[in-house]
Amino acid sequence: MSLRIVVTVKYVPDATGDRHFADDLTVDRDDVDGLLSELDEYAVEQALQIADEADDAEITVLTVGPEDAKDALRKALSMGADKAIHVEDDDLHGTDIIGTSLVLAKAIEKAGYDLVISGMASTDGTAGVVPALLAERLGVPQVTLLSEVSVEDGVVKGRRDGDTASEQLEASLPAVVSVTDQSGEARYPSFKGIMAAKKKPVQSWDLEDLEIETDEVGLEGSWTKVDSATERPARTAGTIVKDEGEGGKQLAEFLAGQKFI
Amino acid sequence: MAEVLVYVDHVDGAVRKPTLELLTLARRIGEPVAVALGPGAADTAAALAEHGAVKVLTHDAAEYADYLVVPKVDALQAAYEAVSPAAVLVPSSAEGKEIAARLAVRIGSGIITDAVDLEAGDEGPVATQSAFAASFTTKSRISKGTPVITVKPNSAAVEAAPAAGAVEALAVSFSDKATGTKVTGRTPRESTGRPELTEAAIVVSGGRGVNGAENFSIIEALADSLGAAVGASRAAVDAGWYPHTNQVGQTGKSVSPQLYIASGISGAIQHRAGMQTSKTIVAVNKDAEAPIFDLVDYGVVGDLFEVVPQLTEEINTRKG
Ligand SMILES: Cc1cc2nc3c(=O)[nH]c(=O)nc-3n(C[C@H](O)[C@H](O)[C@H](O)COP(=O)(O)OP(=O)(O)OC[C@H]3O[C@@H](n4cnc5c(N)ncnc54)[C@H](O)[C@@H]3O)c2cc1C
Ligand SMILES: Nc1ncnc2c1ncn2[C@@H]1O[C@H](COP(=O)(O)O)[C@@H](O)[C@H]1O
Repeated sequence: MSLRIVVTVKYVPDATGDRHFADDLTVDRDDVDGLLSELDEYAVEQALQIADEADDAEITVLTVGPEDAKDALRKALSMGADKAIHVEDDDLHGTDIIGTSLVLAKAIEKAGYDLVISGMASTDGTAGVVPALLAERLGVPQVTLLSEVSVEDGVVKGRRDGDTASEQLEASLPAVVSVTDQSGEARYPSFKGIMAAKKKPVQSWDLEDLEIETDEVGLEGSWTKVDSATERPARTAGTIVKDEGEGGKQLAEFLAGQKFI
Repeated sequence: MAEVLVYVDHVDGAVRKPTLELLTLARRIGEPVAVALGPGAADTAAALAEHGAVKVLTHDAAEYADYLVVPKVDALQAAYEAVSPAAVLVPSSAEGKEIAARLAVRIGSGIITDAVDLEAGDEGPVATQSAFAASFTTKSRISKGTPVITVKPNSAAVEAAPAAGAVEALAVSFSDKATGTKVTGRTPRESTGRPELTEAAIVVSGGRGVNGAENFSIIEALADSLGAAVGASRAAVDAGWYPHTNQVGQTGKSVSPQLYIASGISGAIQHRAGMQTSKTIVAVNKDAEAPIFDLVDYGVVGDLFEVVPQLTEEINTRKG
C-alpha cells in the first residue's frame, strides 16, 4: 500500500523584507513579498527522500493561508511533491496557533495520511509548536525536531538533538514528524520540476469543507489577544574605530569602562 | 492568593536557572506551585523553596525518560487539575514549548510562547514578546481558559524569596498515548566547563571570518578570559567548525546576555534574531559596511586575528 505523506508548509513574509504588523495587529502579509518558509523546505526535502526509499509513496503539500500562499505550494510541487491542498477562507484571517493547528489537523484527516512532516518552526511566528499540537489533535505519536529521519516497515526513526542530550526516537505510523535545518540541504527545483509543477493538482478547501465553524478561527475566535505592537527603537549609534594596531586595547578600555573587566 | 503552576526544568534534581527566573515572574501574578518530574524531582525542593515556591509537586516514573514529551504533558495536566491555577508557566525550551502547547489544547486554553517579560494585568497576565527578529515588541494576553505561557531564559532576575516549598507527591496516571514515541537511545552532551549559552552573562561568538575549526581557539581564549559562553554563526556551524548546540540565531539559541561580542560575523537577519536583545553589543569585523555595526555599542573595523588576541591579552593583563 502506498505511503501517504502530508507536508505542512507555510507561506511567510520574506525575513529580509521590512516585516511589520497591520492595523489590526496581525502580521502584514500584503506589503512584504511572501515565500515558502525556508524551514519548511527541509520538510519537503525529507519527504522526497523518504518517498524515494519507499516502494510507493505520495506526497501532498498542505498550506493554510491567503490566496498568495499558492506560491508556496507551487514551489513545493516544483521540488517534487505530487499534489497540493490550499485551505483558504476569508474567515481565517488572524487565526492563532491553536486555531491553525485545528484547521491543519482537520485538513490532514480529510486528506488521509500515514506520515505528517512539518518544519521546525515558521520563520514569521517562530513558535515551533504546531507539530506537537498536530500530534495531540490527531492522537498519533509526535517525533519532532529531528536532525535525521528515516521510515522503514511502518516505523519512523530519528535523532533529536536536545539541550542536554541527543536522543534516538522511534514510533509506529501514523505519526507526526518535524525536521530541523540540520536534516540536510533542500534541493533546488529543476527547470523540469518547475514545468511539471504547473500541471500538478492544487485543491482548494474552505472552512465548510472542513466542517469548522467560523467562530472557532480568525481574529475573533483566537484564544490569544495582542494588545500592542511597537517597533523597537533603533539602537543608538555606537562608537566605531578602525584598528590601527591598538584596536584590541581600545576595545578592552571600552569593556573596562562598562565594568565587564 | 491565586496559585501559579511553574514547570521545573532540572537535571537530576539540579534546577536550571530559567526555572528560578520563572519563579520571579510567577510571584508577580500569584503564589508559585512548582511541578518537578523525573529522577531527582524531590531534590529540587530546596532551591525552589528558596526562590518562592510554596509547594513542590513531584513525581518520578520510568516513562519520563523512556518516552518523548507526552508523559510530561499527562503529569502537568494532573497538576493543573489538582491545583486549578490562575496560570501555567513553562520554560521556553524546545521541549517546554511542546509540553505547554499540548497542555493548552487539552485544557481548552490559549498559549503564548517565548515571552520575555510578564506582568499582572486586569484581564490576566500580560506577556511581552519579541517579533520579527526582535525588531518589534508586542504585548499580549490569553483570552480563553487558563493562561499557558512559556518564558525565555534571561527574562527576569533570579531573586531569593524564601517560602515553604512543601513537597507533595503528585498522582499521575499516564494516558494511552504516553508511550507512543520511544526514546531508544540517549547520548548526554559533554560539558565544556563554560557557562550555558542561553544563561551566560557574556557570550563571545565567531562566524565565517574565523576561517577554520582550529582558529576557534582564539574565540575560546577570549571567552575564557571573560568567563563567557562561546557562540557561533550558522555559517561557522555549517562549515563544521563548531557544534550546532552553540549556534546563535533563529534556528539556534536565542541569547540575551549583558554583553555579546561578535567576531567575523556579518549580522544577517537570522543571526540578529538570536542576539539583538543583548544589552551591550560589540563587534570585530574587517568590513566597515557589515550590518552588525548597525547594532553595536562599540565596534572595531579590523582583522579579528589581530584584534581578538590583543583584546584577550589586555583583559588577562588587567585581571592580573
Ligand atoms: C531559515 C534560515 C535560518 C537561519 N538561521 C540562522 C541562525 O540561527 N544563525 C545564524 O547565524 N545564521 C542563520 N542563518 C544564516 C544567515 O542568513 C547567514 O548566512 C549567517 O548568519 C552568516 O554567518 P556569518 O556572519 O558568520 O558569515 P558571513 O555573512 O559570510 O560573514 C562573515 C563576516 O566575517 C567578516 N570577516 C572575514 N574575515 C575576517 C577577519 N579576518 N577579521 C574580521 N572579520 C572578518 C566578513 O567581513 C563578514 O562580514 C539562517 C538562514 C536561513 C535562511
Ligand atoms: N499556516 C500554516 N500552513 C501550513 N503549515 C503550517 C502553518 N503554520 C505552521 N505550519 C507548520 O508548522 C510548523 C511549525 O510552525 P510554528 O509552530 O508556527 O512555528 C511549520 O514549519 C509548518 O510546517
